[in-house]
Amino acid sequence: MGLKERILTKSIYAFHVSSGSCNNCDIEFLDCLTPRYDIERFGIVFAASIKHADVMICTGSTNRMCVPRIKMLYELMPKPGFVVAWGACGASRGIFKDSYNTGAPLDEVIPVDIYIPGCPPKPEAIIGGFVKLIQKINETGKKTK
Amino acid sequence: MSHKAHVPIGPYHPLQEEPEFYKLVVEGEKVVDVDVRIGWNHRGIEKLSESKSFDQSIFIVERICGICSSSHPIACVQAVEDIADIEVPERALYIRSIVQELERLHSHMLWVGLAGHFIGYNTVFMWGWKYREPICDIMETVTGNRQNYAMMKVGGVRRDIEKGHISYILKRLDEFTKHLDLLKGAILDDPVLHARLKGVGILTKEKAIDYAALGPTARASGVDIDVRRDHPYAAYDRVKWKVITQEAGDVFAKTVVRILEMYESVSIIRQCLDKMPAGPIDSKPKDVLPGEGIGLVEAPRGECFHYIKSDGTNSPLRHKVRAPTYMNFPTFRETVINQTVSDATIILAAIDPCYCCTERMFIVDNKDKELFGVQELIRLSQEKTLKLKEKMGVK
Amino acid sequence: MSIDAVIKKIQDNFGAKVLKIYKKNERRAYIDIYSKDVVDFTRYIFKDMGLRFNIASAVDDFNTMEILYHFSDDPSGVVISIRAVIKDKKDPHIDTITTVTKSAWWIEREMHELFGIEFDGNEDLRPLLLPDDWPRGVYPLRKSFVVPKRDSRKS
Repeated sequence: MGLKERILTKSIYAFHVSSGSCNNCDIEFLDCLTPRYDIERFGIVFAASIKHADVMICTGSTNRMCVPRIKMLYELMPKPGFVVAWGACGASRGIFKDSYNTGAPLDEVIPVDIYIPGCPPKPEAIIGGFVKLIQKINETGKKTK
Repeated sequence: MSHKAHVPIGPYHPLQEEPEFYKLVVEGEKVVDVDVRIGWNHRGIEKLSESKSFDQSIFIVERICGICSSSHPIACVQAVEDIADIEVPERALYIRSIVQELERLHSHMLWVGLAGHFIGYNTVFMWGWKYREPICDIMETVTGNRQNYAMMKVGGVRRDIEKGHISYILKRLDEFTKHLDLLKGAILDDPVLHARLKGVGILTKEKAIDYAALGPTARASGVDIDVRRDHPYAAYDRVKWKVITQEAGDVFAKTVVRILEMYESVSIIRQCLDKMPAGPIDSKPKDVLPGEGIGLVEAPRGECFHYIKSDGTNSPLRHKVRAPTYMNFPTFRETVINQTVSDATIILAAIDPCYCCTERMFIVDNKDKELFGVQELIRLSQEKTLKLKEKMGVK
Repeated sequence: MSIDAVIKKIQDNFGAKVLKIYKKNERRAYIDIYSKDVVDFTRYIFKDMGLRFNIASAVDDFNTMEILYHFSDDPSGVVISIRAVIKDKKDPHIDTITTVTKSAWWIEREMHELFGIEFDGNEDLRPLLLPDDWPRGVYPLRKSFVVPKRDSRKS
């Protein structure tokens, strides 16, 4: 198992991308920074730029305009890097699947490692999702795709 | 020699990337023009609504915007109720008001936090969001979720507020009010904030009327409109409260309006909990007759407008949704011209754009080369505050 | 101003140009007009009567296209909707009201790209919401545009 992946799990730099979301998920994500949930105590920090990111967190129902951008950001993310599909919209476009302006589900655009369901997922679910990601990396010896 | 450059304003959300589409044209430090192109969040909700039943449309409409999550459903059900004059039981009206005001509280507090972040007061950001948590807890107790409450239905509400919840709600509201006093003192009495925000991004009353601005953005410019008083709905005409207006129209005036509105909201919730009669919460309407209906609601950002046309079937023939930011956003063009680049983020934040109604802005120079990114703009704004502090001799 | 006073003022000022008035209740009224008179009505209601412009909503009613302009009189809680019917659905045209109020800036762009309505006199009808690569001439909110239902696990 990659040494880089193991080190990455110690302090995850998460970069957030929204591709057409109602912003509930984004607010819950920001909420994790705030004193009640404070994910920084676990070493999880928000990255200012995709080039510093270990994990790309995608919310939103993959709006057609955003699809090229998501692909570009995934290419720019330094590997090893992981993708988290956040919320019902991230998993399968949610209730917006029948809209004329939503593209393919996220996992057909970029490879997704973890799904965190919910509308929006509670901050506790978010922390749980990160724990699952860390466990997945450590236990399965997974390398990035 | 003036060097025209295009300056991008980053996303409202400090952590979101993705450029486009507020293109600010800058000469030196001053903004001279703004161009806008949105569409990153266009999810085709109006078309989706036509293929769903009236009951299902409410859930879609709830997810237009995360922070106006009870305003849009209330406007939607009111539009349907307007078509055929469907009665709503009185207890349901009170519950609708309570949920709306709780949402206003958590939305304004969220705004206070984000505005604080943009001008470099990160403690305000942390405290604002921390003190917002009691409201989210109340929402979870009453509705089952911190956001996306799923409380509204045509003819009433889905869930009741149990007796046991009332003392819990009042206790958390007391906690919230104490923290609100603390934040109010910290923000409204700070001389640095006065210097930083007063006179910045002024929207005159005439322009506010011409652009049909709404909500706190309009009230801060002296336009005395509030849907809760003018087009009374839910239980707002059964309780006593004030409409808060200011005259200056600048960012500071908008801050004052939002903070004072929070006090009014707490008072409305207390009165509603006190006066709420026992009784049914749902009038169980059977059919929606053909016709047209309009629902108006005062969301935290302004008036939400829903127009529904029904042809007698189970789905709307046409469902027009207009969020308040749609009317407020164009005022940004008025308020940011002739202001400096370092003020652009706070001027945008002052209209409290719903992220999903907001699209990002970007900056390129006249050779289409990117000049500044989001973080850079926020940094410029925070630096300006620091310089001001030094100048005033404040640590 | 009560709703009756609002309706009377409009009727007195425009006479035969008012085709039909439907007063739904004490807070809602729908007034039908010719689409060529829309700028005059808007100017009178917005500027002279001082009502606030809420929004305009285009409706594709299978055979015709109509645009409703909604105005509200805040002091009395009344909403008046002016209905302008555009008979030519294949090539719908109507005058722009941006000469009267800047608040129609965005909604005309939106109605143009989602319904295909031309706003004569509006120079700025660039797309607002749809992607740049959206095919021209395809108007999503028209009834003739049907979105196929999709399996949530397939694109």
